Amino acid sequence: MDNFISRIFSKEPSSADKARERLRLVLINDRTDLSSDALESLKDDLLDVISRYIKIDAKSMRINITQDGRQQRLIADIPIAGPISRKY
Amino acid sequence: MSAKVITITSGKGGVGKTTAIANIGAALASKGQKVACIDADIGLRNLDVVMGLENRIVYDLVDVVEGRCRLNQAMIKDKHIPDLYLIPTAQTRDKTAVSPTDMIRLCNELRSDLDWILIDSPAGIERGFKNAIAPADEVIVITNPEVSAVRDADRIIGIVEAEEKGTPRLLINRLDTEMVKQNDMLSADDVVDLLAIHLLGIVPEDKAVIISTNKGTPIALDTNSLAGQAYHNIARRLLGENVPLLDLDKSSGFFNRISSVFGSGEK
Repeated sequence: MDNFISRIFSKEPSSADKARERLRLVLINDRTDLSSDALESLKDDLLDVISRYIKIDAKSMRINITQDGRQQRLIADIPIAGPISRKY
Repeated sequence: MSAKVITITSGKGGVGKTTAIANIGAALASKGQKVACIDADIGLRNLDVVMGLENRIVYDLVDVVEGRCRLNQAMIKDKHIPDLYLIPTAQTRDKTAVSPTDMIRLCNELRSDLDWILIDSPAGIERGFKNAIAPADEVIVITNPEVSAVRDADRIIGIVEAEEKGTPRLLINRLDTEMVKQNDMLSADDVVDLLAIHLLGIVPEDKAVIISTNKGTPIALDTNSLAGQAYHNIARRLLGENVPLLDLDKSSGFFNRISSVFGSGEK
């Protein structure tokens, strides 16, 4: 009960929350054999290639691996830098 | 008769494979099924003590494979339930004494005379585990609601799928409802979400399991215990019945009882 009350007054996540989050990350890592460092350099390379064709907002780019059943999905959300100025 | 071969495995040790085999075997046999439980953990014999049959061993799995006895000489009859048998493993040999092909041949020989063959896999992902899953028609992965056990279960599921044994079904063992309520244990839903496979059953944390193991009597024979009921439900699901998950929330029964009196219970 002490535990319960102290949790209401603090923002500390419960131990089950921590277990869930740690497992989520460790399973993605195990299933894809991709460390967070490797994911970062994938992100940099991706940025490099795409920037050759189109101007993108590198700071807001997000790249994530999500779980869909037992299938892993690599999701990249890459905002295009705007506004696009057209030449007449 | 043509028996279905089920292997129970976990990756991590100590999550309850042997206890699950003994109890699912007992529950199936108590419903009139003819069942053999095979201990495939060579060198670390344990299923015999959990079933309370340790004093009756004459021949073992390796004796059968190496031709020192006939198969039925190594089948020990259970003392509680008719039509339940144990094929014990060898204690003084190692896992290389048996090959996956040996296990397939052995199970094929047994199939015609039984309804179920349950194989207790050793922990790990090496030869002993490969031996245990080779003859399996279906694999059951057992885990506890803990980070390390769930992680190993995920690895095992991947390997079982890669070996083309289909997607295993999941058994969650030792779930403590009180701790889940306090948010200090992963819930069954959390584990199912993370592993993304079909749930076969949940066995709650129950002190009666240790007491029954002390005596060498399966908890499945005690249908007053929650764990015993859980194993019977698992057996019924294996037999193809559609059995809802056990209500594990009996301790906070007051509001449940009131709401069921007024017919507004959720269940």
